[in-house]
Amino acid sequence: MRKEEQRYLKLSGLEPLIVTPESNFINVGERTNVTGSRRFLRLIKEEKYPEALAVARDQVEGGAQILDVNMDEGMLDGVHAMVTFLNLIASEPDIARIPLMIDSSKWEIIEAGLQVAQGKCVVNSISLKEGEENFIHQAKLIKRYGAATIVMAFDEKGQADTYERRIEICERSYRILVDKVKFPPEDIIFDPNIFPVATGMEEHRKNAVDFFNATKWIRTNLPYASVSGGVSNVSFSFRGNNTVREAMHSAFLYHAIQHGMNMGIVNPTMLEVYDDIPKDLLEHVEDVLLDRRDDATERLLEFAETVKGIKKEDPEKQQAWRENELQDRITHSLVKGIDAFIEEDVEEARQQVEKPIQVIEGNLMAGMNVVGDLFGSGKMFLPQVVKSARVMKKAVAYLQPYIEELKDSSASSAGKILMATVKGDVHDIGKNIVSVVLGCNNYEIVDLGVMVPPEKIIEVAKKEQVDVIGLSGLITPSLDEMVYLANEMEKEAMDIPLLIGGATTSKAHTAVKIAPKYGNSVVHVNDASRAVTVVGDLLQENNKIYKEQIRNEYDKFRDQFLNRTKQKTYISLEEAQQNKFKIDWNTTEIEKPKVLGIREIENLDLKVLLDYIDWSPFFRSWDLHGKYPEILEDIVVGEQATELFKDAKILLQKVIDEKLLKAKAVFGLFPANSVGDDIEVYNLKGKKEATFITLRQQLKKKEGVANIALSDFIAPKTTGIEDYIGCFCVSTGFGTQELATEYEKNNDDYNSIMIKALADRLAEAFAEYLHKEVRMKHWGYAINENFTNEELIKENYKGIRPAPGYPACPDHLEKHTIWDLLKVEENIGVKLTESLAMWPAASVSGYYLGNPEAKYFGLGKIKKDQLQDYSKRRGCSDEHARKWLNPILAD
Amino acid sequence: MSSIFTEIQKRILVLDGAMGTMLQEFKFTEEDFRGERFKTHHIPLKGNNDLLSITQPEAVKSVHRKYLEAGADIIETNTFSGTTIAMADYDMEDLVYELNFESAKIAKEVADEFTAQNPDQPRFVAGSIGPTNRTASLSPDVNKPEYRAVTFDELRIAYKQQIEALIDGGSDVLLVETIFDTLNAKAAIFAIEEVKEEREIDIPIMVSGTITDASGRTLSGQTVEAFLISMSHIPLLSVGFNCALGAEQLKPYLKRLAHNTDFFTSAHPNAGLPNAFGEYDQSPKEMSDLIESYLKDELINIIGGCCGTSPAHIKAIADVAKNYKPRLLKELTTN
Repeated sequence: MRKEEQRYLKLSGLEPLIVTPESNFINVGERTNVTGSRRFLRLIKEEKYPEALAVARDQVEGGAQILDVNMDEGMLDGVHAMVTFLNLIASEPDIARIPLMIDSSKWEIIEAGLQVAQGKCVVNSISLKEGEENFIHQAKLIKRYGAATIVMAFDEKGQADTYERRIEICERSYRILVDKVKFPPEDIIFDPNIFPVATGMEEHRKNAVDFFNATKWIRTNLPYASVSGGVSNVSFSFRGNNTVREAMHSAFLYHAIQHGMNMGIVNPTMLEVYDDIPKDLLEHVEDVLLDRRDDATERLLEFAETVKGIKKEDPEKQQAWRENELQDRITHSLVKGIDAFIEEDVEEARQQVEKPIQVIEGNLMAGMNVVGDLFGSGKMFLPQVVKSARVMKKAVAYLQPYIEELKDSSASSAGKILMATVKGDVHDIGKNIVSVVLGCNNYEIVDLGVMVPPEKIIEVAKKEQVDVIGLSGLITPSLDEMVYLANEMEKEAMDIPLLIGGATTSKAHTAVKIAPKYGNSVVHVNDASRAVTVVGDLLQENNKIYKEQIRNEYDKFRDQFLNRTKQKTYISLEEAQQNKFKIDWNTTEIEKPKVLGIREIENLDLKVLLDYIDWSPFFRSWDLHGKYPEILEDIVVGEQATELFKDAKILLQKVIDEKLLKAKAVFGLFPANSVGDDIEVYNLKGKKEATFITLRQQLKKKEGVANIALSDFIAPKTTGIEDYIGCFCVSTGFGTQELATEYEKNNDDYNSIMIKALADRLAEAFAEYLHKEVRMKHWGYAINENFTNEELIKENYKGIRPAPGYPACPDHLEKHTIWDLLKVEENIGVKLTESLAMWPAASVSGYYLGNPEAKYFGLGKIKKDQLQDYSKRRGCSDEHARKWLNPILAD
Repeated sequence: MSSIFTEIQKRILVLDGAMGTMLQEFKFTEEDFRGERFKTHHIPLKGNNDLLSITQPEAVKSVHRKYLEAGADIIETNTFSGTTIAMADYDMEDLVYELNFESAKIAKEVADEFTAQNPDQPRFVAGSIGPTNRTASLSPDVNKPEYRAVTFDELRIAYKQQIEALIDGGSDVLLVETIFDTLNAKAAIFAIEEVKEEREIDIPIMVSGTITDASGRTLSGQTVEAFLISMSHIPLLSVGFNCALGAEQLKPYLKRLAHNTDFFTSAHPNAGLPNAFGEYDQSPKEMSDLIESYLKDELINIIGGCCGTSPAHIKAIADVAKNYKPRLLKELTTN
């Protein structure tokens, strides 16, 4: 009945989009993607939907013909975010006009998106990665929901990276879809993988050519299917050189379209007009894309240097600022963080004033005000500010002897601020950053360090007559410490503002739990740039209105939060246990560890860990958000990130060369069985050595989704099958404190913070490395595993290493069990604080679970029945259990 | 029952007219609606027309009979509101299966009588699936645009129940009609596909949207073409429009639809636009003249009436339709 040549890809929003052979290239808008846009992620996280909608509207107005929406982010409830955002789009006719591309790696998010879209969408994406059965199932549902789909050139063996693999997988996918699923061929859009060229690797030379040829093959041999792709990947090796990248994107697109690519994700601001590419540049770029010469990559790299634009450092220009006026030079040094000339400039300034203190109050503060303004308006970034502070401190240190000579300590500060990491917590990177930034803004900082008991905070605050108290903490028990302290401050009738910060804190927790306990202002401040404004506003003379505003804002926020909290349904512990995660113990693989018992690693060469470092969190600790390595070329923070990365590498090299940090580990592998929700650990003679108490998810799940506890991944004792579990503690923290103190003594907060951030990364890297060693050697269930670092970060491997205090096991008390079992403190010296933080801070501990079906999950909240069950199993009072599990109790 | 595919290629099929208007003429009282069985029901039942299939089956049958006499090839079951979602207003969710089953059964009985009398003109029963009274892609609260009063899954489950009963009762075709929100209709079609797969059966599907006003869009905002694309992922017997507009106002949209689809097309417009008293006063002759222009332009394969139409309208339409050839699919692929 159908005339075959009429089979066009047809999509719809409120209006139709029909892709015919005459259609121009279809441009997919990609800014409404939390993985690609930091700003959009922030807007969604903060539920600033009107602004998030504005991002979508900009895309439509900018000419996007399809709108890609992606909500894949660990901290987001992806289904909720996708549904809410698509529902909001549905009520904006100017956005809803164009078709949607529902983009997720999670099927449940895709399905939730399809259920709220009236138009014909595109699913992005499905593939044969997890086998034919899954692929067919998803394709069938996509068809039933009335959507088209992108199919990635990916199968059970991996991602297609040659011409042959691309056509093999695309053809197989096509045949399954068309023949078995009866999927309309015009609704298939292949993404045959755009990979970088000019990487210097021989096997990447044909990446672009293979894509072009595969595209052509698909368009010739797989009737009616479209071809799409993400273009920016191709120029990955030219990060930082936008001239080359833009030319490369246009040339790539030009050839791809010639070969039949008819749709794609392209950032229009990163695109040169093909005809406007200078002929010589175009020739070099096309030599690489089309693999026209053996030396194409070298030639382009060389040529790239000449078109790098203004980025090249010009030694003359570099020194020119030294000719400027004195104040300009001081400001320049402070803004740029250059400490080479500050002493001579300060000396020159000192000679021009009556009292040395005037240099600080005049010249230096003028410079720091510029820094403050630039930072406040987002034109400077945290690492730069900390560098500025280093220059400032050096200048002040230089002036100090002169000031003391005159016994003139009348330097007036803007206010006195007490900073402390609360009792039981040892994490202070964030606190130190805030201290430094406030210090830069002329506040006097009284830093009490880490693990500070509440009595001491109150005592010092009174004695020193501070104007503000700032509290920081990273682990969950610290939240309760903060509540406790607020309560104590109220009892002591203190009347100064309280600032709350640190990774686990949130505006919600502050508003709901802390603010009601204390009469004066309580403000949540999670980034250093806000700290300055908030403190400034709190300490201004007429602060009454501001304080009232804050109080009202938090009251309102609390009410909203309490109302908004989605009604979650929980099931009883018994029902949850019935719905446990089921593993077929008769068929599952259980590998006996090659070596059972406890082992220790005394002093690992840090060099080994370099390949295992996940850099993204490192940038986050400096308030630079984005994924490594993409962050290095981010339009906003790329330059800063690159700079910071360079400094980090230098310090890291020094640490390795001079062996400044010690890496130690202890781990053990034991026979084990689950008994109910407990995991019993046995010694070699089969005697019970320890019991891990695991907690079970109680949130009501969709049908077919289990209520998981870690114990589900270990064979029950009743099966009679011997199973195994491991646990570990690694640390790279020994030496950190000494180094940090040393840097602080030299007024170098930048490196003091840096060394801690690096030690944290090394500890995580050590945990990753050790896990791999365990999988491949000591336990040995994955002898042939071969993953890249990136794949390790994505946790592609078999088996898991959940850590107490983290989502799968929020119970910090489990650390005691690990410490007793492995004799952690005796063996490697890592201690537990009273809040069960590890000391040194750069340490990681956890379990090893080896079952191939074991997976990470978030426990969520638990109900009273499980709390009571838990205290019985733990052998403690309900009170004690409540204290430790407080953050995860449902009511 | 695939013979409707044979019939639709031979001639223009005539669909029946309004059921509600005809039932009003019986002037049933609250007691009549209740019958013996629902004498003590705690909510007034007058106005629950679907219920009459159980409490006044003879009246419903007589309406079917009148339309068949007028020349209708397809009659619709009296089940426009037969989902748990719509029946919630009467607290009669539990009755949904029975309502649909009985409605289909009596319609089928009458249709079979007529087919037996004249086997050359087989008559068909279309199970009528209304839009429910909730929308899946619009918020009822302007201050909460992200809110929805009903979800896809709730609709899918409710529709599935109705569909199973309509099929069990003997429907030859399923008619998803008066679609003002495409997402509701997608849930209905999803449910039909599930039933088809589970029972390993095939049943023809008719889909009929509603263009609400001169904007030329559905209530949920889609243009004719976007609506068509959104509903074409499953093989349909026909796609078309009904309700809200009269034959004259509907024509431009019908043209756009007919030119862009390779399914058969249908239309069952209202008897003109309502007058100042909310009544439809277009005469059978006026309406059939307008319909004749559809036929001349070869826009149509199935034609009938919606609000305000009576057996007289359907007779006039059937008489005109006899003289024309149905729209041919292959000719329409040339645009």
